Amino acid sequence: MASIEIANARKSYGAVDVLHGIDLDISDGEFIVLVGPSGCGKSTLLRMIAGLEDITSGDISIAGNVVNDLQPKDRDIAMVFQSYALYPHMSVAENMSYALTLRKTAKEKIADAITNVADILGLSALLERRPKALSGGQRQRVAMGRAIVRKPQAFLFDEPLSNLDARLREQMRTEIRKLHRRLGATSVYVTHDQIEAMTMADRIVAMHDGIIQQVGSPVEIYDHPANIFVASFIGSPAMNFLEGTYETKDDNGADGAGIRLSDGSLVAVLPARGATNNQAVTLGARPEHITIAPDANSGLAARIDLIEPMGLSTLVHATLAGKPIKIFTMDRPDYAVDSTIHVSFDMEKVHVFDTKSELRLPPVIEPHPGHRD
Amino acid sequence: MTLTGHTSTRKMLYWGSHYLMIAAFVIFALFPLYWLLKVSVTPNDILYTEGVRMWPSRTTWDNYTFVLTQSNFPHYFMNSVIVAGTTAAVTTVIAALTGYAFSRFAFRGKVIIVALMLITQMFPLVMLIAPIFKILAPLGLTDSLTGLIIVYTAFNVPFATFLMQSFFDGIPKDLEEAAMIDGNTRFEAFRAIILPLTLPGVAATLGFVFTAAWSELLFALMLVSSESASTFPVGLLSFVSKFSVDFGQMMAAGVLALIPACLFFLLIQRYLVQGLTAGAVKG
Repeated sequence: MASIEIANARKSYGAVDVLHGIDLDISDGEFIVLVGPSGCGKSTLLRMIAGLEDITSGDISIAGNVVNDLQPKDRDIAMVFQSYALYPHMSVAENMSYALTLRKTAKEKIADAITNVADILGLSALLERRPKALSGGQRQRVAMGRAIVRKPQAFLFDEPLSNLDARLREQMRTEIRKLHRRLGATSVYVTHDQIEAMTMADRIVAMHDGIIQQVGSPVEIYDHPANIFVASFIGSPAMNFLEGTYETKDDNGADGAGIRLSDGSLVAVLPARGATNNQAVTLGARPEHITIAPDANSGLAARIDLIEPMGLSTLVHATLAGKPIKIFTMDRPDYAVDSTIHVSFDMEKVHVFDTKSELRLPPVIEPHPGHRD
Repeated sequence: MTLTGHTSTRKMLYWGSHYLMIAAFVIFALFPLYWLLKVSVTPNDILYTEGVRMWPSRTTWDNYTFVLTQSNFPHYFMNSVIVAGTTAAVTTVIAALTGYAFSRFAFRGKVIIVALMLITQMFPLVMLIAPIFKILAPLGLTDSLTGLIIVYTAFNVPFATFLMQSFFDGIPKDLEEAAMIDGNTRFEAFRAIILPLTLPGVAATLGFVFTAAWSELLFALMLVSSESASTFPVGLLSFVSKFSVDFGQMMAAGVLALIPACLFFLLIQRYLVQGLTAGAVKG
């Protein structure tokens, strides 16, 4: 196993820049998830680590050696593809042993390795089958097995679960995590699915437009998003955003901080670092940080658009200050569509973003001392 | 009539006419072959005297014996086997490599090369005979099998390349990338992973080029003058003399000429069917 260092790596296709100077250090044994919408450059970055794409400039090192000019076969990495990329004309065993055969590993050693890995992945009964005769989940396992058998320096995963149905995806997620714990292998995992990122990663690398937006543990990224992009991309149902202006006095003229929304109502927030009076800001509130007030005496008025029961919880869609918002509740609210409710925001949990730069303006005094920002 | 009875009658009518049309087409396509066979076994003396009959009252192998033992036909036949076989093999190798490059690589001038290759397919071959003769003559390549092989290869490579490219396009890039990560160079991945999967395409290309070269008459006639380098389509013409056409022998030679093409397609048909229906069924 090995660490991977990426220093100022760039990629352009002709005049089009796909990656603008990526810096990332991945420690030995770490499970890193690159997440972002399609076209953000995450797959390109992974393929650059694999050696399937040239590096326009910058350096990529694996285990301390710069691998820029090494062919994929000389980088000692294994990759799991979205399409699985199993060799259709080879049996499961041949697929898994291909890399070892190419390295002229002794036959008995190969057989041992295959038996062992097939055991771990529950493929023992399928070794003689062709990929065609396997289900999607089984193919996925074979692709994993082919990677594991080699004991490579690092594992690269390119959206490996995208072709599976929801239930299987959930199951494989856990399995991959367990495998990682067992093998302790440095892993780089690309996905556009923020749930996969949240549940699997040691650290998430959120990417957008060829730039790393934020690197951090899933909880850090969820609780302290660096900007509006990260805040909106991570979390489902997504964060609510309401534009307004920052005010340093409340309605009674007392010192405080609040955001004046377009309908004139004021949402109290913690004083934000660097925010000035009348600055255009965006209020970011996760659906679980908005509560429905029991009566009309407190909170802001909102109109119910839709009630979405999700079993465990309920998602209330409403309109506030002309904007659609979503409210998460563990209650089973019983409102008629178009009726008015009153909502309040959890002052300590909501975020203030500078509308222009889209950066988060963290509170002057952090309410959660347990977390770094 | 009940509703189900009504639909089943309609269904029968539908399928009946369906098969009738297929049968009509097959008969139309195969009848000349049948006639070829019939005339080839008809003795000469009753060829014109019996009128039009579906099968002669007497049959004979004399025409075949004559063609095989008394004529130059076996020699023409061998020439054709050499020319068509070599052309098919060389063209397919070139087309596989070129098609792979077109399918997988982005390189400068790709569009121009594709355009040029298309342009070569635009002109009637008759227009090109004189210049090609002019080019081949000083090189000593007229009147030689090598010359024919070169010309046939040149004319078949563009189409064969596009054909091969479409087969490579059908194979996911991920496969050779996986192989390259597993320890292959690109060429090894091509040979060990991609080529075995393109066998249907290779077979289709081989078959296409082989038949094209096998039955080619124009160049074979114009570029070759000696008996020793003639191919069988030219040889067939030798049964046409100034005063008569020896139909029996000509047809016998024709039947014999069908044999290698049939054998060839018999050998590759398994891959060919796969190839022609590739992508129809999800693997």
